[in-house]
Amino acid sequence: MNALLAWRRTLSFGFLGAFMAVAGLVAVPGDAHAQLMVDINNPTMEPIPVAIPVFSAQSQVPSRLPEMTKMGDDMAGVIAADLERSGLFRPLPRAAYIEQGLVPERRPRFPDWKSIGAQGLVVGSVNFLADGRVEVVFRLWDVYGQQQLTGVKYQTTPDNWRQISHRVADAIYQRLTGEEGYFDTRVVYVAESGSATQRVKRLAIMDQDGANNRYLTDGRFLALTPRFSPSSQDITYLSYFNNKPRVYMYNIDTGKQELLGDFDGMSFAPRFSPDGSQVVMSLARNGNTDIYVMDLRTRKMRQLTDAPDIDTAPSFSPDGQFITFESDRGGGQQIYVMNADGSGVKRISFGKGRYKTPVWSPRGDLIAFTFTSGGVFKIGVMRPDGSGERMLTESFLDEGPTWAPNGRVIMFFRGYPSRKGQAGKAELRSIDLTGRNERKVPTAGDASDPAWSPLLK
Amino acid sequence: MLSNALRMKFIVLAAASTLALAACSDTDDKAAMTTTPPPAQSSTTTGPSVTQAEYAPGSQGDLEANAGSRIYFGYDEYNLDDRAQATLSKQAQWLKRYPNKSFTIEGHADERGTREYNLALGARRAEAAKRYLAGLGIEEGRLNTISYGKERPEIAGSNESAWAQNRRAVSVVQ
Repeated sequence: MNALLAWRRTLSFGFLGAFMAVAGLVAVPGDAHAQLMVDINNPTMEPIPVAIPVFSAQSQVPSRLPEMTKMGDDMAGVIAADLERSGLFRPLPRAAYIEQGLVPERRPRFPDWKSIGAQGLVVGSVNFLADGRVEVVFRLWDVYGQQQLTGVKYQTTPDNWRQISHRVADAIYQRLTGEEGYFDTRVVYVAESGSATQRVKRLAIMDQDGANNRYLTDGRFLALTPRFSPSSQDITYLSYFNNKPRVYMYNIDTGKQELLGDFDGMSFAPRFSPDGSQVVMSLARNGNTDIYVMDLRTRKMRQLTDAPDIDTAPSFSPDGQFITFESDRGGGQQIYVMNADGSGVKRISFGKGRYKTPVWSPRGDLIAFTFTSGGVFKIGVMRPDGSGERMLTESFLDEGPTWAPNGRVIMFFRGYPSRKGQAGKAELRSIDLTGRNERKVPTAGDASDPAWSPLLK
Repeated sequence: MLSNALRMKFIVLAAASTLALAACSDTDDKAAMTTTPPPAQSSTTTGPSVTQAEYAPGSQGDLEANAGSRIYFGYDEYNLDDRAQATLSKQAQWLKRYPNKSFTIEGHADERGTREYNLALGARRAEAAKRYLAGLGIEEGRLNTISYGKERPEIAGSNESAWAQNRRAVSVVQ
């Protein structure tokens, strides 16, 4: 009935090793119902109800069956949590499910799912193979259309189950929204602890859902403003190593650090170019801050701005043609755009208040920024020509936006006022581009300066 | 340590100035922000009971007792007011008295700016102090600068008084 294994392709799996994805297709076309689709741009849309039963478990090695049973349960949980946090989907409680024991090889009893209001149904299985790998199969069903919308088979090592779950969630998100997903990503950030006056700041990295948290530096030196390379396992950030604030590059795989901004004076506010070949940053020399760009191959620095003002927080456009940055050359901080060679500087923000930390969307269509006025901080977006300005958040301190790789979700950090001599709390938050679905991002402790990774490969 | 005792005294006095500010807090916040007098500096608050002899000559405690190690800035400003200039003049005299000593001048900002900008602002403030000392004849080689932006406040607090005390440049004896 359901012809699986129509075609195969092998995907590289970065540093975690190789796995295989196999797309499955249904032979039976759906009926005349309109196909299930999520309108991601509608700010008033109701989340789509979806059902995600536990993945059925099998094992070619009998002793591994309990492990598979748990994995099938956990995977359904991770997928449901991803979809729920996007604000676009509403996973229905398992207790409501009527049909039990679903397997991807069999068509579900659609009336059972229709009657509980599910519009989408995810059916999956995990199977421990004799060679030690795990095979994961899932199908996404349109309950009303009674047809399969997508289906994929993966083979991987058991320890990759979480990443595969995120990939399944990404496949579902992509099929239902028409946009690339962002669940199989990580976030590098600054983990904060200790008192306000002696705050300890360590680099940390975690999955976008907060799992697999890992500290990259030990906290002896302040670590600030980490950013991901778009093309490698490198992070560039500011470290106060040996009391010299300088830009460093840190390799996530090897833990190796390298001093990038070894110049007379502080180097800071680093960010990779979209092809990963350059790092743009600020240098403060004799008290004056300008923007420079370093070619990572030759290690040559080129000065891009030369003004007696503070020019900082540079960010490339995704095509590498332009750089947006903030400058107080007009009085207070405002956002500017220039050509990547430093020519053609144009101011793009003109509202009443200060515009800071511009970050170009990976889609190129918007620039996210921090805005302050009247003692309030906001995160907003505008088009690269300065039009279409929209504020998304507001609080005592919202700062430092970073984009999900699909340009649909913005993460930032929120600081709270210090009380009774204690350091103010700091947390990561995310918000949809429509201004909906503001959420706290789970972290082990206080957190700031988030940077979203590209989709993992 | 005695320098810690001094610091405590400084904080107590700073708290007193907070109360003074609170007393007139029905005025516009912005006006208060620009007219807040900088908190009392250790050089002017050292009591007669504290004598120079209690510090090692040329030490940080010596600087704090006899010249003052901190100068303060207005919101988003890096110009030196009369009070800051007076403190820096005493610091210059102090450095001339101890020709083997040098300073690391730390520039700091309050928490009400973004991280990168505050790093740049701290660099401006440290540089302003360095320029002034150099203008009084101190060799630039004895004047290092470092910016901490908003990372190292002196006072934990989210109010005008704490912010005024955190917008500072601190001379640290090397």
